[in-house]
Amino acid sequence: MRYMLLIYNDEAAMANTPKEQTQQALAAYGAYTEALKKSGAWLAGERLRPTQAATAVRMAGAKTNVLDGPYADTKEQLAGFYMIEAADIDTAIEWAARCPAASTGTVEVRPIWEMTEYITEQ
Amino acid sequence: MDDRSEKAWAAAEAAARQSYGKLVAWLAARTRDVAGAEDVLADAFAAALERWPRTGVPAQPEAWLLAVARRRRVDAVRRRLTREAGREHLKLIAEEMEARMTDEDLPDERLRLMFACAHPAIESGVRAPLILQTILGFDAATIASAFLVSPATMSQRLVRAKARIRETGIPLRVPERTELGERLDAVLEAIYAAFAEGWSDPAGTETRRRNLASEGIWLGRLVASLLPDEPEALGLLALMLFAEARRPARRGAAGDYVPLTAQDCALWDDVLIDEAEALLGHAATKGVIGRYQLEAAVQSAHTTRRLSGRIDWAAIRQLYDALSMISGSPVVAINRAVAIAETDGATAGLAALYVLGDDKRLADYQPYWAARAGLLARLGNVVHAAEAYDRAIGLERDPALRRFLQAKRAALPKN
Repeated sequence: MRYMLLIYNDEAAMANTPKEQTQQALAAYGAYTEALKKSGAWLAGERLRPTQAATAVRMAGAKTNVLDGPYADTKEQLAGFYMIEAADIDTAIEWAARCPAASTGTVEVRPIWEMTEYITEQ
Repeated sequence: MDDRSEKAWAAAEAAARQSYGKLVAWLAARTRDVAGAEDVLADAFAAALERWPRTGVPAQPEAWLLAVARRRRVDAVRRRLTREAGREHLKLIAEEMEARMTDEDLPDERLRLMFACAHPAIESGVRAPLILQTILGFDAATIASAFLVSPATMSQRLVRAKARIRETGIPLRVPERTELGERLDAVLEAIYAAFAEGWSDPAGTETRRRNLASEGIWLGRLVASLLPDEPEALGLLALMLFAEARRPARRGAAGDYVPLTAQDCALWDDVLIDEAEALLGHAATKGVIGRYQLEAAVQSAHTTRRLSGRIDWAAIRQLYDALSMISGSPVVAINRAVAIAETDGATAGLAALYVLGDDKRLADYQPYWAARAGLLARLGNVVHAAEAYDRAIGLERDPALRRFLQAKRAALPKN
C-alpha cells in the first residue's frame, strides 16, 4: 500500500531554533531519507516553504478568491511530506516513528486512496 | 424448552458461531475486507443458527456454511456484480476454499483477526464489540444492549472500525515477539471488557449480558489455546473462571447483594475453581508476572477460604502491593487499602485511602466511598461514616448493592 507521511511542525519554534540544532535536524532528515531509499520504501518526499509563502485559492461564483496565507491557522503547520510504500499500517507507523518530525511535531499517516479502489467502491 | 433440548440448542449455537468466526477470519485474512467476509456469510450463518439446533451440527460445519452461502448468493451477486467488484473477489475465494475443504482442515486465523480488531489504530472502546461481532457473529443490536449504547450508534461504530481495517491497511497477523506484549494486552483487555459487561449483571436477569460473560470466557479459552505459552493469556482465563465460579453466590435468595467475604463457599463452582488454579499454576511456571495473573491470584487467595475457613489477607495485601506497582490504577489502590485494614488495622487502611483523596477519578467512584465509610465506621467515626455511605449510595446504579449500602448505613450506631 502507498502511504503519505504528512509532517506537521511548529514553524515559530523552528524559526527560533539555534543554527547548530537546525544543522543537526537537517542531517537527521538526510539520513532518514537515505534509509527510506535503501529499503525501497521511498516514493517521494519534499520539504515545503513555511506558510508565510502559502496562498489559498478558492472560486467564489465566477470570482477567483486569492488569500494570502495557509488554508487553516493551526498550532502546527504542514511542513513537508514523504510518500512511501509499506505492506500495512504497522510498517507505515514504524517509518513515521523514525521520522525526525515525530519527536519535534506530528507525523500524520494517511493511506493513498488508489483510483482502482475508489472507482469500484463507489 | 426442556433441559436437554436447551443443551442441544446451546451446543449447536456454539458450533455455528465457531465455524462462522473461522470462516470470517479465513476470508478476511486474505482480503482485509471484514465487512465483505461477513456479508458473504450472513445468510448462511442465520440459517445455521436456525437449523442446527433441530438437525444437529453437520459433520463439516464450515463446508455446510459455505455451500449455503454460495447457493443463496448467486442472485445477490448477480445484482451487485457491477457495483461491488470486491465482493466478487470474495466469492471466488470462498469457492476455492470450498473446493479444498473436502480433505483439509481450515487453518484457524481467528487469533490474527482478533489482533486486527484490537489494533492500536482502532479506537479502544470499539475493540471488544468488534471482536464479539467478527469472531462470534453477534449483531450490533445485541452488542449495543450489552454495552449500554444505542443500536444505531454501535452499528455505526462497528461499520467504521471495519472500514478502517481495510482502508488504513491494518494487518491480520499475530505480532512479532518484540511487540506482542502490548498488542496482546489490547486483545486481553477487549476480552476482559466483554466479560466484565456480562459480569455486571450478577442476577443474570438480562440474558444478553450473562451470555457476554460466557462469550468472554469462550474467547479467553480460544486465546489461551492458541497462545498456550503466554502467561497473561492463561492468567486472564483463570481470573474469569474464578469470578464465574462465584456467580451463584453473589446474590442471596431474595436477590440481595452478598459481598465476597460473606459468600457461602458451598455455592461456588469447585470444577471452575480447580481449572482456574491449574491455569494459574501453569502460568507461574513461565516466570513472567503480570496484571491478570496477579488479579487471578487475589481471587485464588479468596477461594482458599473454602478449604481453610479463613481469608489469607496477608497474601492478598502482598498481591495488591505488586499490582499497584505495575498498574497505578485507583481501583487497585482501594482494594489494597482494604487489605491493609485487615492486616494492619482500620487506621492504617484509612491512611492508605486518604493518600488517594486527591485523585479526581475517585470523587464519583462508589467503591472508594463505600470502603471509606466501612473503615470510618470501624473506628467509631459515625458522622463521617454516614456521610461517606450517603455518597456511595448516591453513586450506585445497582439496586441490590444500593440496598446493601443503605442497610450498612442504617446499622451505624446512633449517638
